[in-house]
Amino acid sequence: MLTCKDASQLMSQSIDRRLGLIERVSLKFHLLICNSCNVVDKQLEFLHKMCKRIAKQPADIDSTEIGLTNEARERILKELHRKQDGKHTSGN
Amino acid sequence: MSKAPVNKNGKLSSPELWVAEHGNYLFRFAMLKLRDEQMAEDAVQETLLAALQAQRNFSGDSSEKTWLVGILKHKIVDLIRKKVREPTLVNVDEPMEFSEDETTQAMFDESGHWITPSQDWGNPDKVLDQKRFWEILTECLKRLPPQLALLYSLREISGMNTEDICKDLNISSTNSWVMLHRARMGLKQCFEIHWLGEKAGAR
Repeated sequence: MLTCKDASQLMSQSIDRRLGLIERVSLKFHLLICNSCNVVDKQLEFLHKMCKRIAKQPADIDSTEIGLTNEARERILKELHRKQDGKHTSGN
Repeated sequence: MSKAPVNKNGKLSSPELWVAEHGNYLFRFAMLKLRDEQMAEDAVQETLLAALQAQRNFSGDSSEKTWLVGILKHKIVDLIRKKVREPTLVNVDEPMEFSEDETTQAMFDESGHWITPSQDWGNPDKVLDQKRFWEILTECLKRLPPQLALLYSLREISGMNTEDICKDLNISSTNSWVMLHRARMGLKQCFEIHWLGEKAGAR
């Protein structure tokens, strides 16, 4: 018999690997009788699905307000110019 | 001030324009995966430096933004790899080992049952405010030990499979499963407070 703790490990692992037959059956059985774990299973799926959606649609990040600070901008430009100038002086 | 060399298609803009036009987008993209401003800035800088070097290889088939994001993706994975191996985070000579921590232990009683009942977070397909989800995820990941957050990020946000991650970070699969379980349990606890707290407040 799985405990909820064991079940939570299998629920998490089922996202990362294919569970073995015995593992699958015992998890299924546990979920059938354990309401708490059912909710947790849905929570884990929720996190997994939302991450997947976010990873797939980086366009969504256009709507967020964060961006490069002015200091970071200047620093990056300075580095880029340094690299360009380096190229020029080396006759490239 | 020197001008960026333009490739034969004449399609590439100068570094000034890259920073101005794509800087914020690249930064946000990097923040999404790295959740650390310093690291995200580094990723943008590394990307643009590499872009400068590789300008001639730009085929012009894809948009400049897509091309830059393609480089950025590689730089992000490089940075995460580097970070996970940092001696301050993990001793390179010691294998990265994680056992069940107190936080995870504390979620269960002696007989292995949940101590507090979990709550329904709703259907992921019906979540409209992805931005808010991302903000909470970012906050919650910050509260995890850095290695766990990075591993979770590689797995769930960058979508790498565990096999590749284990090879990359030189950890055993068993260890990666333990770590990911720990990360997920930590996130579950954090979301329980923040995600649901807000939903309940909105009711």
